[in-house]
Formats: sequence, C-alpha cells, structure tokens
Amino acid sequence: MPLPERLVRETLTGLKRIAWAAPPLVVLVGIFFFPLSELVGQVLGGGANFFDVLRTPIFLSALGHTLQIGVLSTLGCLALGSVLAVLLTFAPFPGATVVSRFIDVFLAYPSFLVALSLTFIYGAAGVVNDSLMQLFHLHEPPLNFLYTTTGVVLAETTFYTPFVMRPLLAAFSMIERSQIEVALCLGANQRQVLREIIMPAALPALLAGSSLCLMLTLNEFGIIFYLGAKGVITLPMLIYGKAIQEFNYPLACTIAVVSIALSLCLYGLYLAASRRLGKGNAVSL
Amino acid sequence: MPAQAVSRPGTDFAPGLVVSACINWNKPLEPGEPHIRFKAVTVRYGKRTALADFDLTINAGEALALLGPSGSGKTTILRALAGFTPIESGRIILKNADISSKSPQQRGFGIVVQNYAFFPHMSVADNVAFGLRARSVPRAEIQSVVAEYLTLVGMIDYAKCHPHELSGGQQQRIALARALAIRPDVLLMDEPLSALDAPLRREMLNELIRLHRQLPDLTMLFVTHDQSEALALADRVGLLREGRLLALDAPKNLYERPPNRFTAEFLGQTNLLKVEATAHPDGDGLVMVRLDSQTLMVKAPDGWDNRRNACWLCLRPHQVSLKPEGSEGARVNTLDCMVLAHEWKGSHYRVSVEVEGQPLHLEANVGLTPPQAGTRAALFFSPAAAWLLPRESSEGGESSGAGEARKAKEN
Repeated sequence: MPLPERLVRETLTGLKRIAWAAPPLVVLVGIFFFPLSELVGQVLGGGANFFDVLRTPIFLSALGHTLQIGVLSTLGCLALGSVLAVLLTFAPFPGATVVSRFIDVFLAYPSFLVALSLTFIYGAAGVVNDSLMQLFHLHEPPLNFLYTTTGVVLAETTFYTPFVMRPLLAAFSMIERSQIEVALCLGANQRQVLREIIMPAALPALLAGSSLCLMLTLNEFGIIFYLGAKGVITLPMLIYGKAIQEFNYPLACTIAVVSIALSLCLYGLYLAASRRLGKGNAVSL
Repeated sequence: MPAQAVSRPGTDFAPGLVVSACINWNKPLEPGEPHIRFKAVTVRYGKRTALADFDLTINAGEALALLGPSGSGKTTILRALAGFTPIESGRIILKNADISSKSPQQRGFGIVVQNYAFFPHMSVADNVAFGLRARSVPRAEIQSVVAEYLTLVGMIDYAKCHPHELSGGQQQRIALARALAIRPDVLLMDEPLSALDAPLRREMLNELIRLHRQLPDLTMLFVTHDQSEALALADRVGLLREGRLLALDAPKNLYERPPNRFTAEFLGQTNLLKVEATAHPDGDGLVMVRLDSQTLMVKAPDGWDNRRNACWLCLRPHQVSLKPEGSEGARVNTLDCMVLAHEWKGSHYRVSVEVEGQPLHLEANVGLTPPQAGTRAALFFSPAAAWLLPRESSEGGESSGAGEARKAKEN
C-alpha cells in the first residue's frame, strides 16, 4: 500500500477512535473531574489550612465517629449477611426464595426508608416503646438507643446487609455440592465444612462485599440525617453542616477531600487484598 | 512398585478410635464375608422411583462394579450407601450394623467422584490430609500418613502443588490418595475414569487394578457406564436397569453366559437369532435347535427349561467363523448365509450377513480376503460358543430388544 494512502487510513482510524471516546470523556469531565478539581482547588486556594483543619477536635471527633460507625456497621453486615446467606443456600427454609428475591428489591430502596421504619419500631412513639410503656405503666419511653451511635449502626447494618449477602449468595451458588459431600464423607462435620470449604471459597466475595459495605457506610448521610441522632457527627454530616448551615465552603471542601482520600485508601487496600487472595484462589469453583 | 498385597499403612492409627461415632472400623472381616448388604432398599425422588426393593450383598475385599445405562439407579445406590441420598424404606447393613440413618461422616467411607471435587484453595497435601484433620489425627501422624499415601499413588513430588496444576491422571491419583488416607474399609467410586481421555483411562484402569491387588482387604464399589472398565476391574458386575438388578455375577460369566437378553446385548457385541429348541439336552448337555430349516447343536444352559421351545441363540461375533472357500469336510453348526457388507476395523473385518432372513455380524481375520457383498458364504460356530436364552412370545425380532440395549449403551 502506498505511504500517503496508509497515512490517510491510519489518521481516519485514529479520528474514529477519538470520536467514539469523546462523548463519554466529555460527560465524565463535566460531572466528575470538573467538580472534583474545583473541590481540590478550593483546598489548595487556601481558604482553610489543610493541616490545621485535620487537627481540630470537631474534625477528629467526626473522623472517629465515621470510622466507628463504618467499621461496626460493616462487622454487623458481615455477621448477619454471612449467616443469612449460609441459611438461604445450604439450609433453605420455606419461603427462602421469597426472602432471596426481597433482598434484590431491598438493594434498590433509599436508605432513609430504613431509618423511617426503625423509627416506627424503636422510636420514642414506636411500637416497641409504646408496648413497653403500656405493659409496665411507664411515663418515659424505655428504649432511646435509636438516636445514638447504636441506632445508626443498627440502621446501617439493616440497610447494608444485602450488599454483603448478594456477592456471598453468588459465591455459594458456585460451590460444587460434590465438594461438600466428599468433605462430609471424609469425616468433616458441618462446622468444619463451613470453616474449611465454604468460607474459603467465598472469601473473595466476602472481601468484595465488606469493602463495598465499608465504603458506603463511611459515606452514609441519609440514615444519620433522617434519624437526627444528636452528637453523632460523621464526616458527611460535618461537610453538610459547614457547607449548608455555616456557608464555610473552604472548610467543607477540605473535609470532603479527606473523605475522598479515605475512600480511595480503602479501595486501594481492597485491590491489594483481592490480588493477594487471588493468588491462592486461582481455580474457579 | 511391586504389585503385591501390602498391609494398610499406619496400622497404629485407627480412625474408629478417634471418631467414636464411626462404625466399628477395627473388627476385621474375612475375605468373602458379607460386608455391605442392601435389604429391600427403596429410594424415590419425588414421584419417581429410582430404586425399588433393591437387594445386594457386597463381600469383604471384593471390587463390585455397578453397570447400567443412565437413569438405571447405579449412582443412586452409591449415594444411598454414602449417606447422601435418604432411603424411603429398607435397610443398609455395614458389617452387622444398620447404617441406614447414619450421617456420611459416621459411615467413614472413602469416596472418589467423577470430577474429583478437590478443595481448590488447598494444596495436594492438604487435600489428602483433609479427612485426617477432620478426624483430629495428631499433626505429626497426618504428615506421615499423607506422605505414605502420596507415595502409594506415585505423587509424593507434587505434594505442594495445587490440584488445578495437575493433569487429569495426576488428579485422579490424588483423589484416590485422599479417599484412601482415612483408611476406609470401603472405597466408593462414582464414574472415576470418565473425566479422562481414552489412553489415560486405560492407564488409570491398570493403576486401579494394581491398587486392588495391593489392598486386598479394601471393599470397592464403583459405578460406571463403561463396560470395559467394569469387566477389567471388577470381581463381580451388577447390571442395572430402571432401578432393578438384572444380573450379578463374575464378568466372565456374565459375558459368556448372560442370564437375560438385556445383559447379552449390553455387555459387548452380540447376535441374537430366533430359534426353536426341538429336543431335550442329550448326555453331553447338547440341545438341538432349529433355525428355520437348519438344525444346530448348542450347549444347553444349566437347568434349561426345555418346555419353552422359543428361545434366542446368543452368539458373539468373534465366536462365529467364515468357512474358507474350497475347504472340504462337514463341520457342526454350519450355516449358509448371504454376505451383506464388510467393514475394515483394523484388527479384523466386521462382516454383516443374513442367515435365514435374520441379520448376523461376525469378525473375520484380516489375513483372509473377506467375501464380497451379494455373494453366498458359509459360517460355523462351536456348540460351546453359543448360548440359549428364553424368548417371550411377546418379544419380536431384532429391532425391539436390541434397540433398547443399544440405546442404553449409547447413553
């Protein structure tokens, strides 16, 4: 092929590629990179000293609450999600399929609905408090944990458990039944089978589910905002307070950058851990 | 490795002592003593009956193969014995204990399944050690037992590998080592060679035969749909169809003297010719049968019911010979035939002929020129080579029963 003709063809191919890539790039820049750069620009612009902000008691308290709620909720989701996924897969009860379908639907719910339903159950005028007050002739509602860290953790655990369950159910369904049967035949009891066969096989899914859960709970805003838990100030709540109530955008941006960095660090940790696990689990089940 | 009987490695380790819930492992059985008994066992999957009043005795130290087409119930028998499939009625007796309601871990059988079902996150050594760890065997002992069994199957150099890094044959050996490491009295194998290609299957079949010789006190029950595996490895073969045991005998007996038409057609190639028995067996045990206008002498089966004249003459293709052209002298059981076709099979010609309107196949020596299609020829067979089977009046010609067994074999 003559050189000029080849050059024309290669240029046209290159232009075609750019034409295909341009629309998504424009959208990505417009809705993600531009606001992010504005955010980082605010921090670098020096409205608030970055390191001074990191040392303030209110920031440290919010960071502590965020991590505490995130870790506790994730642990709760892991425990509850694992038990439910094991029961649904290996000891299916009547109605297990309905429960499994409900979990899929639950993933699409807005988080504040969980807070609302918990308010109906455990709130000051909720079913449980009302019943206890009538039963024991009390003047004050005996349960008031809903507006504390415990209440937030309970609500987030309830809402985010399906995020752990869904990948676990998928992983469990991939385990060959013959592996479990052989393990039983070789003398293992059900606990050993769960510990040595089922959970190691589901470890990558468990890691993926829990990482996702941790990232989402660290950034959770709706549940805490809706519950109105006094004294439970997390990083998203602090950003909201500084930006919307105090109009202190530079400080809000600084805290937001820390929050983003925290999420990115967690994502990096997840990637590193999954790569490490991947080496030992190279065989697909 | 010398192919001689070896004592089961690690005699100081007795699984029965470690897992108290297990069946009595340590009571030795004499070879040939009943080891496992199925007594009127019925298994149903929903409305479908997979096994109906099934009876079977497996003796200590024997290798018993269950052979049959898909859906015949052979895997159900193995799964019921292993404790994976609950039985609806009947009993399964191990030695003298009823294990019908025992869990799989209480039965203590070794098992090799079709896809091997390795634990993929564990190394080869950990896979083999799994059953020992489950039985709380001391760590130091586990290491020596694992080494012993990996050596037995020739895989000691692969202890640190993961199962997916091994070839099909190597995986098969590891699966065997894992099943044997717990020193079971009974080894169950569900289609153990079906995942291998043909050359590897032959090699592993020889390995299993060697293992059976080396562990003479190990009772083996294996399920297969491949008759060559069953004939080569088993001391006895049970032939199943639709949840019923149709035949149970030594492979040679089943092949040479099949008890029924299904067995004759399922095991190897066979010709079934409709004949009429015309007389009582004589002093030599020979009975005269008539194939249309031709009279033949055939060895009568023991206890031949000569009141029933209609019968099948069962002839294996390799037991029928073509009479060489120009050869003189009368031979017993010589039949005129019309040659329909011949096919070169490498080691022999498969010649299709028609005798008195009935199709027949025979194997001709490749050293001879096969007769051309459309020509007439003569064939003969020895009276001892043929076998008589009763024929029900409802049984038609070649197409009904032969088709059924052929379909079953293809499955």
